[in-house]
Amino acid sequence: MPEPLLQAVGLECERDERLLFQNLSFSILPGTVTRVEGPNGSGKTTLLRILAGLNDAWTGELNWCGKPRDQHRESYLRNMLYLGHRPGIKPLLTPLENLRALMAGRRPLDDGSLLQALAGTGLSGFEHVPCRNLSAGQQRRVALARLLIADEPLWLLDEVFTAIDASGVEAIESLLLQRAKEGGAVIVTTHHDLNLPGMGRITLGAGQLDEC
Amino acid sequence: MNANAPIKVKAINGSVGVTQAMVAVFVRDVRVAFRQKQDLLNPLLFFTMVVTLFPLGVSPEVAFLKQSGAGILWVAALLSVLLSLDHLFRHDFDDGTLEQLMLQPQPLFLLVLAKTMAHWILTGLPLVLLTPVLGLMLHLEGNSVATLCLTLLIGTPVLSLIGSIGAALTLGLRSAGVLLSLLIIPLYIPVLIFGTGTVAAAAEGAQVSGYLALMGAFLVLALTLAPFASAAALRISLSNS
Repeated sequence: MPEPLLQAVGLECERDERLLFQNLSFSILPGTVTRVEGPNGSGKTTLLRILAGLNDAWTGELNWCGKPRDQHRESYLRNMLYLGHRPGIKPLLTPLENLRALMAGRRPLDDGSLLQALAGTGLSGFEHVPCRNLSAGQQRRVALARLLIADEPLWLLDEVFTAIDASGVEAIESLLLQRAKEGGAVIVTTHHDLNLPGMGRITLGAGQLDEC
Repeated sequence: MNANAPIKVKAINGSVGVTQAMVAVFVRDVRVAFRQKQDLLNPLLFFTMVVTLFPLGVSPEVAFLKQSGAGILWVAALLSVLLSLDHLFRHDFDDGTLEQLMLQPQPLFLLVLAKTMAHWILTGLPLVLLTPVLGLMLHLEGNSVATLCLTLLIGTPVLSLIGSIGAALTLGLRSAGVLLSLLIIPLYIPVLIFGTGTVAAAAEGAQVSGYLALMGAFLVLALTLAPFASAAALRISLSNS
C-alpha cells in the first residue's frame, strides 16, 4: 500500500460554539478522488480550509507524507493546490495576467503555456479582456485553468462545479479521473451529483441530521 | 500535459525564489492600482484639499502659515495614508487572492512586505512628491520644504507599515474603518511628533541630524517588525472568516 499523502487523525472543529465534526480520521492516498459530503452548514468548506492550512481553529493531527503538516509547511504548500469559493481572480486584470500572477509564486511558466491552459478551459479569445467583463462561469474557468498546468500532487477543490456549464463539468470530471490515474490525489466538495468510479467519501454532519 | 510522468511530491528546493515571488506580488498590486485610478487619486486629492482649505478656513496670514504649514502638511499626509489603508488587503480578501497569497510556499511576511511597499509607492510617495508645491503655497521656506520632504520620505513608509498591521487585524470586520483609525492613530503619534519637530528645528536653524536619525530608527523598527505582525494578523483574520 502506498504511503498516504495526507492523513487526518481525530480531527475536531468547533465553530461559533457548534461542533462541526469530531473524531474525524481519514487517509488520502495518491491516485484517489475523495468527495466531502454533507448538508449545507455541515462544515465541508471549513474542513477543506483546515486541510489547506487557512483555518487554525481545530484540534487533532494532520500528517503530510507521514510527518506533522505544520512542521513541514513549506513542503506542504509547495505540493498542495487549493481552489476556494472565492476564485482568487482579480476583476481588473485579464485572465492571462491573473494566471501569470497566480503561478508566479509556484511555478513560473512562459506565456505560451499559460495561453494554452486558458484555451483549454474555453477562454481563447478572452485572454486580454479584463475579468470583470467576463461572466461568473468564465471567471471560474480562469481559476480552473490552473488545474491544467498544476504539478501539485494534492488538490483541494471547494465547490469546483459552481457556475460551470454541462460540458465544463464533464471536462472537469474527466480531468479529475485522469489526475487520479497519474498518481495525484483530489479532495472535492460539491453539491453537484458527482459519481466517479472508485471515488472515496467523507461524510459530515450525519449525526446532526439524525437529531432533527 | 504531464501524462507520461507520474505525479510526485516535489522537494522544496526546486520552488520559486522569495525575491521573484515578492516582485510578482508587487507588480500585480501596481498593475491593479493603475487600472483603478480613482483609488490612486483619492488620497492625493484629499491631501491637496485639506492643505488648500486650511488657509481659507483658519487664516491666510503669511506668519501663521509659515509657523503651522509643516504641521498641516504632516497631518494631511497622515490622514490620507489612513484613508487608503482599508484597501490594502480588502479587495484581495474579497476576491480570494489573499487566500492564494497565504498558500504560497514563500514566507508570508515577505509577501506582505512586498504588498506594503507597493502601497507606499502608490500612496506615500506621490504625497512626498506633491509636498514641495503645497509647501510653497503655504509660504514655507526652501530649507523647511526640503526638510519636510525628507521627513515625509522617511515617515510615510512607517505609516504604511504600521497601517498594514491595523488593516490586517480589522480585515474580517464590518465596521473596520472606525476600528482601524482607533487602533492606528496612537501608533502614528510619535511619527507625527518627530516629523513636525524636525521641520520646526530646521526652521530655527538647529541641527536636525538627531531627529532624522530617530525617524530612521522608526523606519528600521517598522520595517523589521511590522511585516511579521501583519502576517500573523492576516492568519488570524482569514482563520475566522
